[in-house]
Amino acid sequence: MTSALGLLNIALVIAFVSLALGQVLSMVRLMLGPTYGDRILALDTMVINALGLVVVIGIRQGVQIYFEVSLLIAMLGFVSTVALARFILRGDIIE
Amino acid sequence: MSLFLIVALPFFGALLPGLMNSAGRSACAGVTFTVSLAAFVGLLTNLPSVLSGDVVMARVDWMPALGLNFTLMLDGLGFFFALLILGIGLLIIAYARHYLSRDDNMGEFFTYLLLFQGAMVGIVLSDNILLLLIFWELTSLSSFLLIGYWKHLPEGRQGARMALVVTGTGGLAMIGGMLILGQIVGSYDLSVILANRDLIQADPLYVPALILILLGCFTKSAQFPFHFWLPHAMAAPTPVSAYLHSATMVKAGLFLMARMWPVLSGTPEWFMIVTTAGLVTMVLAAVIALFKHDLKALLAFSTVSHLGLITMLLGTGTAFGAMAAMFHILNHATFKAALFMSAGIVDHEAHTRDIRRLGGLRTLMPVTFVIVTLAALSMAGIPLLNGFLSKEMMLEEATHTTLFGMPWLVPALATFGSLFSAAYCFRLIGHVFLGPVRNDYPAKPHDPGAGLWLPPAILVVFVVGIGIAPFLAEPFVKLVTASVLGGEAEVPKAYFKIWHGLVPALFMSIAAVVGGLLLMAVYNPALRLWDAAPRPEAKVIFEAIVEAVARLARRLILPLHNGAFTRYAVIGAIAIVAAGLHAWISGTAAAPTRTMQPATPIAIAGWLMLVGATCGLVLMHRDRLLSLILIGIVGLMVSIGFAFFSAPDLAMTQFTVEVVTIILLLLALNFLPKRTPVESSVLRRVRDAGVAIAGGLATFTLAYHYLLRDAIGTPISEFHLANSYKGGGGTNVVNVILVDFRGFDTYGEIIVLGIAALLIYALTETLLRGPVRARLLNRKPDQPRAGDMHPMMMVVLTRVVMPVVLMVGFYIFLRGHNEPGGGFIAGLIVSIAVVMQYMASGFAWTSARLKYPYHGVIGAGVLIAGLTGIGSWFVGKPFLTSDFTYVRIPPFQEFELATAALFDLGVFLSVVGAVMLSLESFSRLARRADETDSEYPMDIDPSRDNPPPDAVQPARESV
Repeated sequence: MTSALGLLNIALVIAFVSLALGQVLSMVRLMLGPTYGDRILALDTMVINALGLVVVIGIRQGVQIYFEVSLLIAMLGFVSTVALARFILRGDIIE
Repeated sequence: MSLFLIVALPFFGALLPGLMNSAGRSACAGVTFTVSLAAFVGLLTNLPSVLSGDVVMARVDWMPALGLNFTLMLDGLGFFFALLILGIGLLIIAYARHYLSRDDNMGEFFTYLLLFQGAMVGIVLSDNILLLLIFWELTSLSSFLLIGYWKHLPEGRQGARMALVVTGTGGLAMIGGMLILGQIVGSYDLSVILANRDLIQADPLYVPALILILLGCFTKSAQFPFHFWLPHAMAAPTPVSAYLHSATMVKAGLFLMARMWPVLSGTPEWFMIVTTAGLVTMVLAAVIALFKHDLKALLAFSTVSHLGLITMLLGTGTAFGAMAAMFHILNHATFKAALFMSAGIVDHEAHTRDIRRLGGLRTLMPVTFVIVTLAALSMAGIPLLNGFLSKEMMLEEATHTTLFGMPWLVPALATFGSLFSAAYCFRLIGHVFLGPVRNDYPAKPHDPGAGLWLPPAILVVFVVGIGIAPFLAEPFVKLVTASVLGGEAEVPKAYFKIWHGLVPALFMSIAAVVGGLLLMAVYNPALRLWDAAPRPEAKVIFEAIVEAVARLARRLILPLHNGAFTRYAVIGAIAIVAAGLHAWISGTAAAPTRTMQPATPIAIAGWLMLVGATCGLVLMHRDRLLSLILIGIVGLMVSIGFAFFSAPDLAMTQFTVEVVTIILLLLALNFLPKRTPVESSVLRRVRDAGVAIAGGLATFTLAYHYLLRDAIGTPISEFHLANSYKGGGGTNVVNVILVDFRGFDTYGEIIVLGIAALLIYALTETLLRGPVRARLLNRKPDQPRAGDMHPMMMVVLTRVVMPVVLMVGFYIFLRGHNEPGGGFIAGLIVSIAVVMQYMASGFAWTSARLKYPYHGVIGAGVLIAGLTGIGSWFVGKPFLTSDFTYVRIPPFQEFELATAALFDLGVFLSVVGAVMLSLESFSRLARRADETDSEYPMDIDPSRDNPPPDAVQPARESV
């Protein structure tokens, strides 16, 4: 039992670190660009990573509600990406 | 009838004339008359108790904590004034029905008139001085509307503005005086204040309070030096002049002086200020009146003069003076209203009010001539008419009054004023009606129909009746005087009679009348003298003062308030930081009571990203799209921060708000340049950076110190945590606060939200109708555009996701009372789901599938929330009291039913409606001329371009 928990803790730490690293690297890409497409993609990746982070926080704290927060991010996170992409492609996001 | 009903009837009745407007002029006037008559009869039902000396009271607590209660009181004084207001009001309504022409909007006129009537009745029946102030301001506002009723006349608009400025300024001063008075006594109830004469007069604040209250009274009753607005208010239709500016509103100041007489009068200050102002006003206005050529201007100045006379009588502070004042108020109301209405008749029939163009109307308008002659002779103080009686009493009082240590001064001035008063009365009769008939009138004058002459004739009946039989009015006037004196003095025993014997007042009266006749004999040389004399023009001075004040205000405000947001931000930031710095330096901070929490690497990474994104935003803010993306990061990191610090509902709200914000800003950015140009100098940017850094540092320091210490007082959150389940029936404290503890706040907020959305809608609507429309329609896109407007993949995806999102929204809404969620978040989620459809399938396609307009959704939301709140009235609880119960329907577990959920439904609908209406309004701007709206959701749709045969077949069969 303890070894399983220990393993989970190790896995959580690894997950945290990779997700955080992913966030930082996406951020660097976002700053560098060079095109808006790269930047929007970086933002979208950051949303996905954030989703992962919330799930991991939820597992770590053992609170179920975080799962719902991540559900919401998963469900609606793409909308701002879509809006930004539409803006680049058409200029007008509601036609 | 209950006093509440008497006051409320004109206000509620004010709705009717507007509604009856299309039913015809008689119906419109009839309904107004009926409303007034009902209030009048209601007042009369209280006559027996007033006559027996009782004070009728009615009381409802309004805001007892502020001392503001809806308390009404009816004593002799209040009854007297209410009788004048409602009685003369009835005559005026009948007169106005025939006076207004077909071009005038009668419904509008009578609505204003009833509003004024209600406010006026409110003043005279108020027992609470704060309530009285409210009605006082209402009379100023409604008289503004009435004076400016003929909006097309510049004199009307200017006169209305002048009246509002002068009476409004006085009202403001009076608020101060009343508050001081209330503070001295410790109660705002008149009945309590009136019983504390010694306390008030001994207080050091008595003189400031007196001066402030008198400012209010003098401005309202047009006393020198504020007398100038009344003649300019004569641009109003004549019924208004007759009603407001002779019988009622200008008497409000006199009423208040009479009302406050027991506590304010009798001191040297009162005597000096009131008597002097009254005397100066009386003489000055009488002299000016004689040389006015406009009939109404003459009457206006004579009104000012008579108001001065009454003020002077009140100022003497003796019981006899007060009785004479009350008697003259009654007499003046009868003859002056009759004169104004007659002036209106002359204007109506001869089409001019200029005395120089009139004359000889005696044979042409015999009925009007009789009315005017009787009323004017009464005003001149001729025996057997009521004006003579009160004027005698005034002169009698004057002989006993010593001002500035000179016993001859007041009698001399009073006689002098009466002389001019008699002169202008004789001029009114002589120059308008007597003399030869002319042949150059602008219109052929003749007597009007009974509708116009009957109301003034009824008043003249009183003029003559009281004049011949003064003993008829005596008991009533003494009753009123008794309630003015309020036990501070005995009602004088003097009898009202025509012949007092050879007293000094009689000789003064004779001197005035004979002098008036002599003055008329030398009128033409006197007029030349007057015209040659230099005299200040009140309107020019007034305009100059207003202009100077406005210039000063502009100089003061424009540097601070120039329309640039950066300016406000700088001022606000510097002021707050300075205040905080002052508090920090002058105060003491306790030692930290909490320890720092360790920072985990994850938290540090999140913090770094937040800082990085913010710095990036500052450095690259000229690229607007990039700054939007960076704002997205900031929002994302903040929501993760909320989740990290165990506030999942805040995280959810933040995230959804973030999505909506990005969409809104993108819609706006479509019309803006994509780069911010460099506009400010380096020096200015350095200054701004300094301010920004100072603000940031201050915020940081405050947060840092605050987080390390426990709050000094008990935080309110403890109460909410303890009572949320017990009192509100929910375990989600945030939601219970929103829909239950602070439900009233939330209700206000959703209304504001709805108003904001409707405003956005209204602005875009106006924009789309105006000259901008062509520019918007022919706008060329400022960037190359991809070909596929509505990609198929997105259309399909959003439709698949739609039911899922709605389900989640529903779920979040339902469980909001106990777990994170609620109407606000659910509203945002559902709005995003709908916006997705707009983005994917297009504006036209989505709009065509909307069943309910968003305005309706907002309205339904506010209505549901409001009705939920009203529901608690039916069980005798205050607005928005919530209730909950637990029910169990067999297959399910026990669950909670709360009225708060209904309220939350209102919140939900308002949020959905408001968000969607503003987004939709923005996107309407972007529609262009060169593109026709596609009714199809997808631009490229294989099944439409090459319909498979088997797909079409069943459709035909089913038809």
